[in-house]
Amino acid sequence: MNLHVSADIWQPIRLTLELAALTTVILMVVGTPIAWWLARSRAWWKEAVAALVAIPLVLPPTVLGFYLLVALGPSGPGGALASLWGARTLAFTFPGLVIGSVLFSMPFVVQPIRNAFEAMGDRPMEAAATLRASPWRAFWTIAVPLASPGFLTGAILGFAHTVGEFGVVLMIGGNIPGKTKVLSVAIYDYVETSQWAEASVLALGMVVFSFCVILTMMLIEKKMTKSAS
Amino acid sequence: MRSMRFATAALGAAIALLTGANAFAGSANVAVAANFTEPAKEIAGLFKAKTGHDIVLSFGASGQFYTQIKENAPFAILLSADDERPKKLVSEGLGVAESRFTYAIGKLVLWSRDPATVKGEETLKANAFNKLSIANPTAAPYGAAAVETLKALNLYDTIQPKIVQGNTISQAFQFVDTGNAELGFVALSQLMPNAGGSRWLVPQNLYTEIRQDAVLLKASAGNEAATAFLAFLKTPEARAVIEKFGYALDPKSGT
Repeated sequence: MNLHVSADIWQPIRLTLELAALTTVILMVVGTPIAWWLARSRAWWKEAVAALVAIPLVLPPTVLGFYLLVALGPSGPGGALASLWGARTLAFTFPGLVIGSVLFSMPFVVQPIRNAFEAMGDRPMEAAATLRASPWRAFWTIAVPLASPGFLTGAILGFAHTVGEFGVVLMIGGNIPGKTKVLSVAIYDYVETSQWAEASVLALGMVVFSFCVILTMMLIEKKMTKSAS
Repeated sequence: MRSMRFATAALGAAIALLTGANAFAGSANVAVAANFTEPAKEIAGLFKAKTGHDIVLSFGASGQFYTQIKENAPFAILLSADDERPKKLVSEGLGVAESRFTYAIGKLVLWSRDPATVKGEETLKANAFNKLSIANPTAAPYGAAAVETLKALNLYDTIQPKIVQGNTISQAFQFVDTGNAELGFVALSQLMPNAGGSRWLVPQNLYTEIRQDAVLLKASAGNEAATAFLAFLKTPEARAVIEKFGYALDPKSGT
Protein backbone atom coordinates (compact mmCIF):
# COMPACT_ATOMS: atom_id res chain seq x y z
CA MET A 1 0.00 0.00 0.00
CA ASN A 2 1.55 3.23 -1.10
CA LEU A 3 0.30 6.00 1.14
CA HIS A 4 0.82 9.66 0.38
CA VAL A 5 -0.21 10.88 3.77
CA SER A 6 2.41 13.57 3.91
CA ALA A 7 3.72 15.43 6.91
CA ASP A 8 1.15 18.17 6.48
CA ILE A 9 -1.61 15.83 7.48
CA TRP A 10 -0.93 17.10 10.98
CA GLN A 11 -2.09 20.53 10.00
CA PRO A 12 -5.79 19.67 9.69
CA ILE A 13 -5.56 17.52 12.80
CA ARG A 14 -4.06 20.32 14.87
CA LEU A 15 -6.50 22.82 13.38
CA THR A 16 -9.46 20.58 14.21
CA LEU A 17 -8.32 20.06 17.80
CA GLU A 18 -7.74 23.79 18.26
CA LEU A 19 -11.17 24.59 16.87
CA ALA A 20 -12.90 21.99 19.02
CA ALA A 21 -11.05 23.03 22.19
CA LEU A 22 -11.71 26.74 21.72
CA THR A 23 -15.35 26.16 20.83
CA THR A 24 -15.87 23.97 23.89
CA VAL A 25 -14.30 26.49 26.25
CA ILE A 26 -16.39 29.33 24.81
CA LEU A 27 -19.54 27.25 25.00
CA MET A 28 -18.92 26.30 28.63
CA VAL A 29 -18.56 29.98 29.50
CA VAL A 30 -21.46 31.20 27.38
CA GLY A 31 -23.70 28.16 27.71
CA THR A 32 -23.67 27.84 31.50
CA PRO A 33 -25.53 31.10 32.24
CA ILE A 34 -28.01 30.22 29.48
CA ALA A 35 -28.52 26.75 30.93
CA TRP A 36 -28.87 28.20 34.44
CA TRP A 37 -31.50 30.65 33.30
CA LEU A 38 -33.38 28.00 31.37
CA ALA A 39 -33.35 25.70 34.39
CA ARG A 40 -34.46 28.22 36.98
CA SER A 41 -36.39 30.97 35.26
CA ARG A 42 -40.12 31.23 35.51
CA ALA A 43 -40.51 33.49 32.47
CA TRP A 44 -43.35 32.38 30.25
CA TRP A 45 -41.21 32.68 27.14
CA LYS A 46 -38.38 30.54 28.42
CA GLU A 47 -39.20 27.50 26.31
CA ALA A 48 -39.18 29.71 23.21
CA VAL A 49 -35.61 30.60 24.06
CA ALA A 50 -34.86 26.92 24.63
CA ALA A 51 -36.27 26.12 21.19
CA LEU A 52 -34.16 28.85 19.63
CA VAL A 53 -31.02 27.45 21.22
CA ALA A 54 -31.96 23.97 19.99
CA ILE A 55 -32.57 24.97 16.36
CA PRO A 56 -29.11 23.86 15.13
CA LEU A 57 -30.15 20.34 16.11
CA VAL A 58 -32.67 20.20 13.29
CA LEU A 59 -31.32 22.67 10.76
CA PRO A 60 -29.28 21.12 7.97
CA PRO A 61 -25.71 22.34 8.47
CA THR A 62 -25.65 23.73 4.95
CA VAL A 63 -28.62 25.96 5.75
CA LEU A 64 -26.93 27.27 8.87
CA GLY A 65 -23.72 27.59 6.87
CA PHE A 66 -25.41 29.62 4.16
CA TYR A 67 -26.94 32.12 6.57
CA LEU A 68 -23.63 32.32 8.36
CA LEU A 69 -21.94 33.09 5.06
CA VAL A 70 -24.19 36.09 4.60
CA ALA A 71 -23.97 37.13 8.26
CA LEU A 72 -20.18 36.89 8.36
CA GLY A 73 -19.80 38.74 5.09
CA PRO A 74 -19.61 42.40 4.16
CA SER A 75 -23.39 42.84 4.26
CA GLY A 76 -23.71 41.31 7.73
CA PRO A 77 -22.52 41.92 11.30
CA GLY A 78 -19.43 39.83 10.66
CA GLY A 79 -18.25 42.22 8.01
CA ALA A 80 -18.86 45.19 10.29
CA LEU A 81 -16.84 43.54 13.04
CA ALA A 82 -14.06 42.55 10.66
CA SER A 83 -13.73 46.10 9.36
CA LEU A 84 -12.45 47.06 12.81
CA TRP A 85 -9.18 45.44 11.88
CA GLY A 86 -9.31 46.19 8.18
CA ALA A 87 -10.75 42.94 6.90
CA ARG A 88 -13.85 42.60 4.76
CA THR A 89 -15.34 39.45 6.12
CA LEU A 90 -15.12 36.86 8.87
CA ALA A 91 -15.74 34.03 6.43
CA PHE A 92 -12.63 32.04 5.46
CA THR A 93 -11.06 32.79 8.83
CA PHE A 94 -10.47 30.72 11.93
CA PRO A 95 -12.51 33.15 14.10
CA GLY A 96 -15.34 32.77 11.60
CA LEU A 97 -15.18 29.00 12.03
CA VAL A 98 -15.24 29.40 15.80
CA ILE A 99 -18.39 31.50 15.57
CA GLY A 100 -20.00 28.93 13.32
CA SER A 101 -18.99 26.06 15.60
CA VAL A 102 -20.24 27.83 18.72
CA LEU A 103 -23.66 28.36 17.17
CA PHE A 104 -23.81 24.89 15.74
CA SER A 105 -22.72 23.02 18.87
CA MET A 106 -24.55 25.15 21.41
CA PRO A 107 -27.52 22.83 21.97
CA PHE A 108 -25.12 19.95 22.69
CA VAL A 109 -23.59 21.89 25.56
CA VAL A 110 -26.55 23.81 26.93
CA GLN A 111 -28.96 20.86 27.10
CA PRO A 112 -26.94 18.53 29.37
CA ILE A 113 -25.99 21.40 31.69
CA ARG A 114 -29.60 22.55 31.89
CA ASN A 115 -30.74 19.02 32.68
CA ALA A 116 -28.17 18.73 35.43
CA PHE A 117 -29.26 22.03 36.98
CA GLU A 118 -32.89 20.96 36.81
CA ALA A 119 -32.14 17.59 38.35
CA MET A 120 -30.52 19.39 41.26
CA GLY A 121 -33.81 21.04 42.15
CA ASP A 122 -34.35 24.09 44.34
CA ARG A 123 -33.51 22.62 47.75
CA PRO A 124 -29.69 22.82 47.69
CA MET A 125 -29.69 26.51 46.68
CA GLU A 126 -32.38 27.33 49.21
CA ALA A 127 -30.44 25.57 51.94
CA ALA A 128 -27.34 27.53 51.01
CA ALA A 129 -29.33 30.76 51.19
CA THR A 130 -30.54 29.99 54.70
CA LEU A 131 -26.89 29.51 55.66
CA ARG A 132 -26.23 33.06 54.34
CA ALA A 133 -24.19 32.08 51.32
CA SER A 134 -24.38 34.62 48.51
CA PRO A 135 -25.96 33.38 45.27
CA TRP A 136 -22.59 33.67 43.53
CA ARG A 137 -20.82 31.59 46.20
CA ALA A 138 -23.66 29.11 46.36
CA PHE A 139 -23.47 28.67 42.62
CA TRP A 140 -19.78 27.78 42.67
CA THR A 141 -19.75 25.70 45.83
CA ILE A 142 -23.08 23.92 45.55
CA ALA A 143 -24.56 24.03 42.06
CA VAL A 144 -21.43 23.41 40.01
CA PRO A 145 -20.25 20.34 41.92
CA LEU A 146 -23.75 18.86 41.92
CA ALA A 147 -24.16 19.46 38.21
CA SER A 148 -20.66 18.33 37.30
CA PRO A 149 -21.75 15.26 35.32
CA GLY A 150 -23.82 17.59 33.14
CA PHE A 151 -20.82 19.88 32.62
CA LEU A 152 -18.66 16.97 31.62
CA THR A 153 -21.27 15.57 29.24
CA GLY A 154 -21.77 18.98 27.68
CA ALA A 155 -18.05 19.54 27.24
CA ILE A 156 -17.45 16.14 25.68
CA LEU A 157 -20.47 16.38 23.38
CA GLY A 158 -19.57 19.91 22.30
CA PHE A 159 -15.98 18.88 21.62
CA ALA A 160 -16.89 15.73 19.70
CA HIS A 161 -19.59 17.49 17.72
CA THR A 162 -17.18 20.20 16.62
CA VAL A 163 -14.55 17.64 15.62
CA GLY A 164 -17.12 16.02 13.35
CA GLU A 165 -18.44 19.26 11.93
CA PHE A 166 -18.47 19.31 8.17
CA GLY A 167 -21.38 21.03 6.48
CA VAL A 168 -20.94 24.38 8.21
CA VAL A 169 -17.18 24.45 7.65
CA LEU A 170 -17.67 23.58 4.00
CA MET A 171 -19.98 26.53 3.54
CA ILE A 172 -17.93 29.22 5.24
CA GLY A 173 -14.40 27.84 5.32
CA GLY A 174 -13.02 28.17 1.80
CA ASN A 175 -10.75 25.17 2.37
CA ILE A 176 -7.64 27.16 3.31
CA PRO A 177 -4.85 24.87 4.53
CA GLY A 178 -3.73 25.82 8.03
CA LYS A 179 -6.71 28.11 8.62
CA THR A 180 -9.96 26.46 7.69
CA LYS A 181 -9.11 23.07 6.24
CA VAL A 182 -10.24 20.91 9.11
CA LEU A 183 -10.04 17.14 9.31
CA SER A 184 -13.53 16.41 7.97
CA VAL A 185 -12.87 18.56 4.91
CA ALA A 186 -9.43 16.98 4.39
CA ILE A 187 -11.01 13.52 4.39
CA TYR A 188 -13.66 14.76 1.99
CA ASP A 189 -10.97 16.09 -0.36
CA TYR A 190 -9.23 12.72 -0.38
CA VAL A 191 -12.53 11.02 -1.20
CA GLU A 192 -13.23 13.51 -3.99
CA THR A 193 -9.92 12.67 -5.62
CA SER A 194 -10.38 8.94 -5.06
CA GLN A 195 -7.44 8.66 -2.66
CA TRP A 196 -9.17 6.01 -0.63
CA ALA A 197 -6.21 4.78 1.37
CA GLU A 198 -5.38 8.22 2.71
CA ALA A 199 -9.03 8.96 3.42
CA SER A 200 -9.37 5.69 5.32
CA VAL A 201 -6.34 6.37 7.47
CA LEU A 202 -7.72 9.72 8.55
CA ALA A 203 -11.26 8.47 8.97
CA LEU A 204 -10.15 5.51 11.03
CA GLY A 205 -8.07 7.82 13.19
CA MET A 206 -11.15 9.94 13.81
CA VAL A 207 -13.26 6.92 14.71
CA VAL A 208 -10.69 5.63 17.18
CA PHE A 209 -10.29 9.08 18.71
CA SER A 210 -14.04 9.59 19.08
CA PHE A 211 -14.47 6.15 20.59
CA CYS A 212 -11.78 6.76 23.20
CA VAL A 213 -13.19 10.18 24.05
CA ILE A 214 -16.73 8.94 24.52
CA LEU A 215 -15.67 5.86 26.44
CA THR A 216 -13.62 7.99 28.79
CA MET A 217 -16.56 10.33 29.24
CA MET A 218 -18.90 7.53 30.15
CA LEU A 219 -16.49 6.09 32.69
CA ILE A 220 -15.76 9.44 34.31
CA GLU A 221 -19.41 10.42 34.33
CA LYS A 222 -20.33 7.20 36.07
CA LYS A 223 -17.76 7.92 38.73
CA MET A 224 -18.94 11.52 39.12
CA THR A 225 -22.60 10.57 39.41
CA LYS A 226 -21.69 8.15 42.17
CA SER A 227 -19.81 10.77 44.14
CA ALA A 228 -22.38 13.52 43.52
CA SER A 229 -25.29 11.56 44.98
CA MET B 1 -75.65 -4.47 -8.62
CA ARG B 2 -75.50 -4.01 -12.33
CA SER B 3 -75.29 -0.28 -11.92
CA MET B 4 -72.40 -0.78 -9.46
CA ARG B 5 -70.56 -2.89 -11.99
CA PHE B 6 -71.15 -0.30 -14.66
CA ALA B 7 -69.97 2.49 -12.38
CA THR B 8 -66.79 0.58 -11.53
CA ALA B 9 -66.11 -0.10 -15.19
CA ALA B 10 -66.70 3.53 -16.07
CA LEU B 11 -64.40 4.64 -13.28
CA GLY B 12 -61.74 2.20 -14.43
CA ALA B 13 -62.01 3.43 -17.99
CA ALA B 14 -61.76 7.03 -16.86
CA ILE B 15 -58.62 6.30 -14.87
CA ALA B 16 -57.11 4.41 -17.79
CA LEU B 17 -57.85 7.30 -20.13
CA LEU B 18 -56.42 9.89 -17.79
CA THR B 19 -53.22 7.99 -17.10
CA GLY B 20 -53.06 6.48 -20.56
CA ALA B 21 -51.38 9.58 -21.88
CA ASN B 22 -48.41 8.71 -19.72
CA ALA B 23 -48.64 4.96 -20.03
CA PHE B 24 -45.58 4.86 -22.24
CA ALA B 25 -43.69 7.78 -20.70
CA GLY B 26 -40.49 6.74 -19.03
CA SER B 27 -38.23 8.48 -16.61
CA ALA B 28 -34.53 8.72 -16.09
CA ASN B 29 -32.26 10.06 -13.35
CA VAL B 30 -29.64 12.41 -14.70
CA ALA B 31 -26.63 13.59 -12.74
CA VAL B 32 -25.84 17.15 -13.81
CA ALA B 33 -22.71 19.17 -13.13
CA ALA B 34 -23.53 22.16 -10.92
CA ASN B 35 -22.60 24.72 -13.57
CA PHE B 36 -25.17 23.32 -16.02
CA THR B 37 -28.08 23.63 -13.59
CA GLU B 38 -30.21 26.25 -15.35
CA PRO B 39 -29.86 25.02 -18.94
CA ALA B 40 -30.48 21.45 -17.77
CA LYS B 41 -33.73 22.47 -16.15
CA GLU B 42 -34.92 24.27 -19.26
CA ILE B 43 -33.94 21.48 -21.61
CA ALA B 44 -35.57 18.87 -19.39
CA GLY B 45 -38.75 20.95 -19.46
CA LEU B 46 -38.72 21.17 -23.25
CA PHE B 47 -38.00 17.46 -23.46
CA LYS B 48 -40.90 16.58 -21.21
CA ALA B 49 -43.30 18.76 -23.18
CA LYS B 50 -42.19 17.07 -26.37
CA THR B 51 -42.05 13.44 -25.34
CA GLY B 52 -43.75 13.15 -21.96
CA HIS B 53 -40.64 11.53 -20.52
CA ASP B 54 -39.70 12.60 -17.01
CA ILE B 55 -36.12 13.61 -16.46
CA VAL B 56 -35.19 13.77 -12.79
CA LEU B 57 -32.19 16.04 -12.34
CA SER B 58 -29.61 15.93 -9.57
CA PHE B 59 -27.03 18.72 -9.35
CA GLY B 60 -23.58 18.57 -7.83
CA ALA B 61 -19.88 18.12 -8.28
CA SER B 62 -18.82 15.86 -11.14
CA GLY B 63 -16.21 14.20 -8.96
CA GLN B 64 -18.83 13.30 -6.41
CA PHE B 65 -21.18 11.89 -9.04
CA TYR B 66 -18.37 9.84 -10.53
CA THR B 67 -17.68 8.28 -7.14
CA GLN B 68 -21.35 7.61 -6.54
CA ILE B 69 -21.83 6.06 -9.98
CA LYS B 70 -18.96 3.70 -9.31
CA GLU B 71 -20.91 2.64 -6.22
CA ASN B 72 -24.03 1.92 -8.30
CA ALA B 73 -25.88 5.17 -7.82
CA PRO B 74 -29.08 4.97 -9.90
CA PHE B 75 -28.16 7.55 -12.52
CA ALA B 76 -28.83 6.84 -16.18
CA ILE B 77 -26.78 9.71 -17.58
CA LEU B 78 -23.89 11.82 -16.36
CA LEU B 79 -23.68 15.36 -17.70
CA SER B 80 -20.22 16.08 -16.42
CA ALA B 81 -18.36 19.37 -16.07
CA ASP B 82 -15.34 17.77 -17.74
CA ASP B 83 -14.49 15.05 -20.23
CA GLU B 84 -12.29 13.13 -17.78
CA ARG B 85 -15.02 11.48 -15.74
CA PRO B 86 -17.07 10.24 -18.71
CA LYS B 87 -13.89 8.88 -20.30
CA LYS B 88 -13.06 7.08 -17.08
CA LEU B 89 -16.54 5.63 -16.82
CA VAL B 90 -16.25 4.23 -20.33
CA SER B 91 -12.80 2.76 -19.75
CA GLU B 92 -13.99 1.24 -16.50
CA GLY B 93 -16.84 -0.47 -18.28
CA LEU B 94 -19.60 1.58 -16.68
CA GLY B 95 -20.35 3.90 -19.57
CA VAL B 96 -21.51 3.23 -23.09
CA ALA B 97 -18.60 4.25 -25.33
CA GLU B 98 -20.63 5.33 -28.35
CA SER B 99 -22.87 7.53 -26.24
CA ARG B 100 -20.12 9.88 -25.06
CA PHE B 101 -20.14 13.31 -26.69
CA THR B 102 -19.38 16.92 -25.81
CA TYR B 103 -22.66 18.62 -25.00
CA ALA B 104 -21.17 22.00 -24.11
CA ILE B 105 -17.88 23.83 -23.93
CA GLY B 106 -17.50 25.91 -20.79
CA LYS B 107 -16.23 29.45 -20.66
CA LEU B 108 -14.23 30.74 -17.69
CA VAL B 109 -14.92 34.25 -16.44
CA LEU B 110 -13.30 36.41 -13.78
CA TRP B 111 -16.24 38.13 -12.09
CA SER B 112 -16.99 40.54 -9.31
CA ARG B 113 -20.31 41.70 -7.92
CA ASP B 114 -18.91 45.21 -7.87
CA PRO B 115 -19.02 46.98 -11.26
CA ALA B 116 -15.66 48.65 -10.80
CA THR B 117 -13.49 45.77 -9.63
CA VAL B 118 -12.72 43.62 -12.65
CA LYS B 119 -11.09 45.42 -15.55
CA GLY B 120 -9.30 42.53 -17.16
CA GLU B 121 -6.01 40.74 -16.79
CA GLU B 122 -4.58 43.78 -15.03
CA THR B 123 -6.93 43.29 -12.08
CA LEU B 124 -5.14 40.06 -11.27
CA LYS B 125 -1.73 41.64 -11.78
CA ALA B 126 -2.61 44.59 -9.54
CA ASN B 127 -3.52 42.08 -6.81
CA ALA B 128 -5.48 44.69 -4.87
CA PHE B 129 -8.00 42.31 -3.35
CA ASN B 130 -8.30 40.19 -0.21
CA LYS B 131 -9.82 36.99 -1.49
CA LEU B 132 -10.11 35.30 -4.87
CA SER B 133 -12.70 32.56 -5.09
CA ILE B 134 -12.24 29.47 -7.24
CA ALA B 135 -13.80 26.05 -7.35
CA ASN B 136 -11.79 23.21 -5.85
CA PRO B 137 -9.29 22.42 -8.64
CA THR B 138 -9.11 18.72 -7.87
CA ALA B 139 -12.86 18.24 -8.00
CA ALA B 140 -14.10 20.85 -10.49
CA PRO B 141 -12.71 21.57 -13.98
CA TYR B 142 -13.49 25.28 -13.70
CA GLY B 143 -11.25 25.31 -10.63
CA ALA B 144 -8.49 23.57 -12.52
CA ALA B 145 -8.94 26.05 -15.38
CA ALA B 146 -8.68 28.94 -12.92
CA VAL B 147 -5.38 27.60 -11.61
CA GLU B 148 -4.16 27.06 -15.19
CA THR B 149 -5.00 30.66 -16.05
CA LEU B 150 -3.16 32.02 -13.03
CA LYS B 151 -0.13 29.90 -13.84
CA ALA B 152 -0.21 30.94 -17.50
CA LEU B 153 -0.11 34.56 -16.34
CA ASN B 154 2.73 33.74 -13.90
CA LEU B 155 0.58 35.02 -11.04
CA TYR B 156 -0.23 31.79 -9.24
CA ASP B 157 2.46 32.00 -6.57
CA THR B 158 1.67 35.60 -5.64
CA ILE B 159 -2.08 35.13 -5.59
CA GLN B 160 -2.19 31.66 -4.07
CA PRO B 161 -2.37 32.82 -0.39
CA LYS B 162 -5.51 34.76 -1.24
CA ILE B 163 -7.37 31.89 -2.82
CA VAL B 164 -10.47 30.47 -1.20
CA GLN B 165 -11.98 27.31 -2.60
CA GLY B 166 -15.62 26.51 -3.00
CA ASN B 167 -16.48 22.86 -3.11
CA THR B 168 -18.33 23.28 -6.40
CA ILE B 169 -18.45 26.06 -8.97
CA SER B 170 -21.81 27.03 -7.45
CA GLN B 171 -20.19 27.55 -4.10
CA ALA B 172 -17.31 29.47 -5.64
CA PHE B 173 -19.92 31.71 -7.22
CA GLN B 174 -21.72 32.05 -3.89
CA PHE B 175 -18.57 33.34 -2.20
CA VAL B 176 -18.38 36.13 -4.76
CA ASP B 177 -22.11 36.76 -4.88
CA THR B 178 -22.31 37.30 -1.11
CA GLY B 179 -19.37 39.66 -1.29
CA ASN B 180 -17.16 37.50 0.90
CA ALA B 181 -14.65 37.27 -1.92
CA GLU B 182 -14.23 40.43 -3.95
CA LEU B 183 -13.86 38.44 -7.16
CA GLY B 184 -13.63 34.91 -8.42
CA PHE B 185 -13.34 32.58 -11.38
CA VAL B 186 -16.82 31.40 -12.27
CA ALA B 187 -18.57 29.88 -15.26
CA LEU B 188 -19.97 32.31 -17.85
CA SER B 189 -23.19 30.36 -17.66
CA GLN B 190 -23.64 31.44 -14.07
CA LEU B 191 -23.70 35.07 -15.15
CA MET B 192 -26.49 34.69 -17.67
CA PRO B 193 -28.77 36.33 -18.41
CA ASN B 194 -27.64 39.44 -16.62
CA ALA B 195 -25.69 39.25 -13.43
CA GLY B 196 -24.28 42.74 -13.52
CA GLY B 197 -21.05 43.50 -11.74
CA SER B 198 -17.86 43.47 -13.76
CA ARG B 199 -16.28 40.61 -15.69
CA TRP B 200 -13.37 39.48 -17.82
CA LEU B 201 -13.93 36.63 -20.23
CA VAL B 202 -10.70 34.67 -19.92
CA PRO B 203 -9.07 34.13 -23.35
CA GLN B 204 -9.24 30.49 -24.38
CA ASN B 205 -5.48 30.26 -24.92
CA LEU B 206 -4.87 30.58 -21.18
CA TYR B 207 -6.56 27.36 -20.17
CA THR B 208 -7.38 23.95 -21.53
CA GLU B 209 -10.80 23.88 -23.17
CA ILE B 210 -13.45 22.85 -20.67
CA ARG B 211 -15.16 20.19 -22.69
CA GLN B 212 -18.25 19.02 -20.86
CA ASP B 213 -19.11 15.48 -21.90
CA ALA B 214 -22.25 13.44 -21.49
CA VAL B 215 -22.29 9.68 -21.18
CA LEU B 216 -24.99 7.03 -20.92
CA LEU B 217 -24.40 4.48 -18.20
CA LYS B 218 -24.43 0.84 -19.26
CA ALA B 219 -26.91 -0.12 -16.58
CA SER B 220 -29.45 2.17 -18.27
CA ALA B 221 -28.63 1.35 -21.88
CA GLY B 222 -32.17 0.11 -22.38
CA ASN B 223 -33.83 3.12 -20.80
CA GLU B 224 -35.76 4.76 -23.59
CA ALA B 225 -36.18 8.08 -21.79
CA ALA B 226 -32.43 8.27 -21.21
CA THR B 227 -31.38 7.53 -24.79
CA ALA B 228 -34.03 9.91 -26.11
CA PHE B 229 -32.79 12.66 -23.80
CA LEU B 230 -29.22 12.27 -24.98
CA ALA B 231 -30.41 12.47 -28.57
CA PHE B 232 -32.45 15.56 -27.70
CA LEU B 233 -29.34 17.30 -26.38
CA LYS B 234 -27.91 17.19 -29.91
CA THR B 235 -30.90 18.80 -31.58
CA PRO B 236 -30.77 22.47 -32.67
CA GLU B 237 -33.53 23.26 -30.18
CA ALA B 238 -31.51 22.07 -27.19
CA ARG B 239 -28.26 23.49 -28.54
CA ALA B 240 -29.85 26.90 -28.86
CA VAL B 241 -30.71 26.77 -25.16
CA ILE B 242 -27.17 25.66 -24.28
CA GLU B 243 -25.70 28.54 -26.24
CA LYS B 244 -28.16 30.99 -24.70
CA PHE B 245 -26.78 30.08 -21.31
CA GLY B 246 -23.26 31.07 -22.20
CA TYR B 247 -21.65 27.88 -23.47
CA ALA B 248 -19.82 27.27 -26.69
CA LEU B 249 -20.87 24.32 -28.82
CA ASP B 250 -18.90 21.49 -30.35
CA PRO B 251 -19.84 21.49 -34.05
CA LYS B 252 -19.33 17.73 -34.15
CA SER B 253 -22.03 17.07 -31.57
CA GLY B 254 -24.96 18.54 -33.45
CA THR B 255 -27.64 16.86 -35.53
